Amino acid sequence: MIFGLPIAFTTPWLLAALAALPVLWWLLRAVPPAPVRRRFPAVTLLLGLEDRDAESDRTPWWLLLLRLLAVAALILGFAGPVLNPEERQAGRGPLLIFVDAQWTAASDWPQRIAAIEDQLDDAAQAGRTVAITLSHDVGLADGAAPQWLSAGDWRARLPGLSPVSWDAPYGAAPQWVAGLQDADTVWVSDGLAREGRSDLLAAFEAKGRVDVLQPTAPRLGLLPAQAEDGSLVLQALRSEAVTTTELQVQAIGPDPTGVERVLAASPLTFSAGAARGEVRMALPPELRNRITRFQLAAQLAAGAVTLADDSLRRRRVALLTGTQSREGLELLSPLHYLREALVPSAEVIEDESITTLVEAGPEVVILPDVPSLAEPDQKALAAWVAKGGLLLRFAGPRLAAADTGRGVEDILLPVRLRSGGRVVGGAMSWGAPRALAPFPDTSPFFGLRVPDDVLVRAQILAEPGPDLADRTMASLADGTPLVTRKALGDGQVVLFHISANAEWSSLALSGLFVQMLERLAVSTRPGQVKSEALEGTQWVAERLLDPFGQLGPAGAQAGVDGPQLLAGAGADVPPGLYADGDRLMAVNTLDADAQMSPANWPAHIAPRWEDRSATRSLAPYLLAGALIVGVIDVLASLLISGRLWGARTMKGAARVGAVFMFAMLCAPNDSVAQEVGTADGVIGAASTVTLAHVLTGDSATDEVAKAGLTGLSDQLFSRTSVEPAPPFGLDVESDDLSVYPFLYWPITDTTRQPSPEAYGRLKTYLAAGGFILFDTRDAGFGGESAAALRLRTIALPLGLPPLEPVPLDHVLTRSFYLLEEFPGRARGPAWVEAAPPNAERAEGMPFRNLNDGVSPVIIGGNDWAGAWAIRSDGAPMFPVGRGQAGDRQREMAVRFGINLVMHVLTGNYKSDQVHVPALLERLGE
Amino acid sequence: MTSNPTLRTRAEALAERLPPLLAQARHLAASVELGEHGRRRPGQGDAFWQFRPAQPGDPAHRIDWRRSARSDHHYVQEKEWQAAQSVLFWVDASPSMAFASSSDVPEKGALARLIAMALATLLVRGGERVGLATSASPAGRGELALSRMASALIDPQDTGFVDLPARSRAVFLSDFLGDTASVAQAVTQAADRGVTGVLFQILDPVEEGFPFHGRMIFEDMSGRLEHDTREAHDLRDRYLDRLTARKAELSDLARRTGWQFHTHHSGEADSAALLWLYHAIEGHR
Repeated sequence: MIFGLPIAFTTPWLLAALAALPVLWWLLRAVPPAPVRRRFPAVTLLLGLEDRDAESDRTPWWLLLLRLLAVAALILGFAGPVLNPEERQAGRGPLLIFVDAQWTAASDWPQRIAAIEDQLDDAAQAGRTVAITLSHDVGLADGAAPQWLSAGDWRARLPGLSPVSWDAPYGAAPQWVAGLQDADTVWVSDGLAREGRSDLLAAFEAKGRVDVLQPTAPRLGLLPAQAEDGSLVLQALRSEAVTTTELQVQAIGPDPTGVERVLAASPLTFSAGAARGEVRMALPPELRNRITRFQLAAQLAAGAVTLADDSLRRRRVALLTGTQSREGLELLSPLHYLREALVPSAEVIEDESITTLVEAGPEVVILPDVPSLAEPDQKALAAWVAKGGLLLRFAGPRLAAADTGRGVEDILLPVRLRSGGRVVGGAMSWGAPRALAPFPDTSPFFGLRVPDDVLVRAQILAEPGPDLADRTMASLADGTPLVTRKALGDGQVVLFHISANAEWSSLALSGLFVQMLERLAVSTRPGQVKSEALEGTQWVAERLLDPFGQLGPAGAQAGVDGPQLLAGAGADVPPGLYADGDRLMAVNTLDADAQMSPANWPAHIAPRWEDRSATRSLAPYLLAGALIVGVIDVLASLLISGRLWGARTMKGAARVGAVFMFAMLCAPNDSVAQEVGTADGVIGAASTVTLAHVLTGDSATDEVAKAGLTGLSDQLFSRTSVEPAPPFGLDVESDDLSVYPFLYWPITDTTRQPSPEAYGRLKTYLAAGGFILFDTRDAGFGGESAAALRLRTIALPLGLPPLEPVPLDHVLTRSFYLLEEFPGRARGPAWVEAAPPNAERAEGMPFRNLNDGVSPVIIGGNDWAGAWAIRSDGAPMFPVGRGQAGDRQREMAVRFGINLVMHVLTGNYKSDQVHVPALLERLGE
Repeated sequence: MTSNPTLRTRAEALAERLPPLLAQARHLAASVELGEHGRRRPGQGDAFWQFRPAQPGDPAHRIDWRRSARSDHHYVQEKEWQAAQSVLFWVDASPSMAFASSSDVPEKGALARLIAMALATLLVRGGERVGLATSASPAGRGELALSRMASALIDPQDTGFVDLPARSRAVFLSDFLGDTASVAQAVTQAADRGVTGVLFQILDPVEEGFPFHGRMIFEDMSGRLEHDTREAHDLRDRYLDRLTARKAELSDLARRTGWQFHTHHSGEADSAALLWLYHAIEGHR
């Protein structure tokens, strides 16, 4: 701090030079401006002429002042003035940088890395060795030994550091620290209270000075969604409950075409002082069943995402009611128990007609004690099952009395039945009621605990057969089958050999009944799952959450035991979606009972965070000021010595011009060429097709992109009915993307990464049918060029679909011209969204029926804009290839551009065109 | 033949520059001659001598068409010169003549040599004798005299004035910025011997305009003389006064001795200067 101003100098000793200013004043005052020597033959005529005034002898005081100002500004500028300086204390000895790398650090991970980079800079200056350790590495019992390297080595490794997507406890970290050498510690904290933090701090303090860096922004988390009264309840947490904040909760899932998008969004408000906010979303079942995850908008962290699984899904279950013959005996009706079990978690349809039920599109059809069906009904039901339906049948007196499935196997029964059934433990029989045998490990019920009080008094028996054992899922203690199942087409038929009411057994009264239905994926679990309900199941990760809240493929992962899933996310069970057969279970970063509160540091620890934007170097401004004053001084000197005008005016002017040019070059260049996107511009862009390119900040690249799109627009105008407006250079951070159907995005190795908000907008843009052409302009060299690497970083958060090189039957090859390759100035491959793996070529059609949706991106490195670019006079800006082959290549590049715009504007229309011959043929018939 | 390389190099350098000077001078002379063409000057002391058949090399304008028309041959009318005039040139070779204010303007010395040669060419064509006032060899006629004069001009030996032959003509080309006394003495002496002539002053535009500002040090071409000023523009008026005075002095000298005085600025048309000089010499004849 200087004079109370938040200014400091990086090299204060340079300020001593200011003391030399008075000397300079005296010197400059004493020395008149240097004379100009000139040859002049008529000097003889001048000899003896005296100057009339002696005033111009001295430099005028204002010029002196100007020069002193310039020198003072130079000295101050080189002394490195910094506004809002950070207090840095140089340390010595090794430096340990301990980074909290839980999901809570993900949302501002780049800033953290930048802060670590600053620390590395300091350490490099002080020549300290550094070890960087991520918290989740040492939380493990066998925590990795720290690597003491130079700051430069660590700097190279920084991009490889990544947080994890769960909340790792500190665990054995204090013991790990105790085993280290003495070192100062910089703790990059996530700022949340966590068990063991104080122990760990004490351990660090025992080794040396501890410095805590902690971003001030509150952490936000989203708790798992709960289904309550038909609507979904979502709760969000925040670490600092101070002000009123409004966030947006988005429900994301595939739309009917399979493209993932925001299905619903509603605002969530934290009232002042509350650490918890709640929002209720009432959604129609169709929408609700599609939701794969909820997230807090624009929060790139695993904890701000919660995955939806079966518990939120409501299956549609059809109950055949049959004729109501036993009116009034509600508790005896098998339907009653089924309703009780199903209604909380499923959508139940009841009807008397099989046809009506099947047309309602249920996932499960339940037939309680229905002996036989009319043949059309039977056929319809069998067809429905074969397409993947689950038919669940219960036995009962009527089924026992009927002759269905006797002798020959009924198609809608899993086994042949013996007539009559049996009754055990009744008044007329000797045996006691039978209990259930433990479920075999081949059964889907394996792991469910069988209560002792579940007894079976009557059942129908299966005819022994070779496949009876395979089809038995549960049996009684004496080995007679209780539940049997057979596959039918893609679906299955399951028979409970008892009635669905309490008449034949007490199973329907027990919790086991509900669990069995759940295992059969008839019902879904309501709310919390009990650990025993998952006993004995094996779950395999299908998709995993990354720390930044993106859902990605799981890759090869070992299976996880059911109860482990309930233990919460951790290194063993990373958050994600786990599947067991048809069932899906989500492991979320945050549990339903998760808490978030700010970390409590002892009084002597003051967490700080360098807001890098606040620390501004004033040096550029001072140096620029010195330059400007210098230029003024040059002009003034020329004026005084009379050379501003005169014989050498032209040369003088040229010199002054050169000085100005130099000054312009040296001035700090923070300004970015901006084309102002006014409301008028947006309206104009919306009213005509406007091609747009993303401003990269590199003026040469932007110019080429603009010229390229101008050239393409001209070609479109002259060749097609698309008549675009002049192209527009837009800033993804601020401009409205939605009115531009086509974005050209040249990527250079210096292209800036967009902000999270911009990513949100870009995602919305792509999801709403936008299109981006990424061009690395490196001729597609194996994807390892600097621009390609940059592109990877930039495109990663966009969540692009899998890509493949444009296949020969892609609609791009024929949306206007017939093309085989897509050259720009280079002839590399172009990549589009991969075709679905099951795309097949229809009989007699030349092309496969590929992506129904239009590829949202095309990625390549052919420098297309360079090939399209024209100068203002209409001539090509850059050469393409050589000679005639080059002209041909340029033509092909233009054709590609036209195809591309057509592809963007008409989608898969041309894909449909290939069916025209077939359609015409059919119409002819 | 000498083996001295310096001499040889110099001789070659000279030989290189000689033809251009002659050619330029002829070119300049031709432009003036065109202006003279068709002007009738009957009598005037040049009497008819004889006709002789025209020979190859005789210029067409010298053919006497009246005589030739009477026969099948072409005749040239030869005239008898009563008295041939000697015209002697003094071209100032002092360092100050090697000045040119910019690349657009020729050096004063070069201009002086060019004008002198052109005038000599014209005079030789008219049958006069020409020579350099500084050289020991007498004035001569014809091409030989021209080439001798050209080589002497290109490689000047500043030997000062020699005594001019009585009743000859003299042409002094200089900027006359140096000492006027020696000039006055030479002119007076020459006038005493019945020599008339021309003082032809060549000045650079800068010397006439003095467009200088600010602090300057002026030095002469040899670097021996310097003048330091803090504000050159202040000196302009006084300098111009002195220059006018110098011209008036020269003009006065010319008037007293029956000579003529003229100032020419380098950068103006050379032919104008040549025309004036030619008339000035011719008017005396």
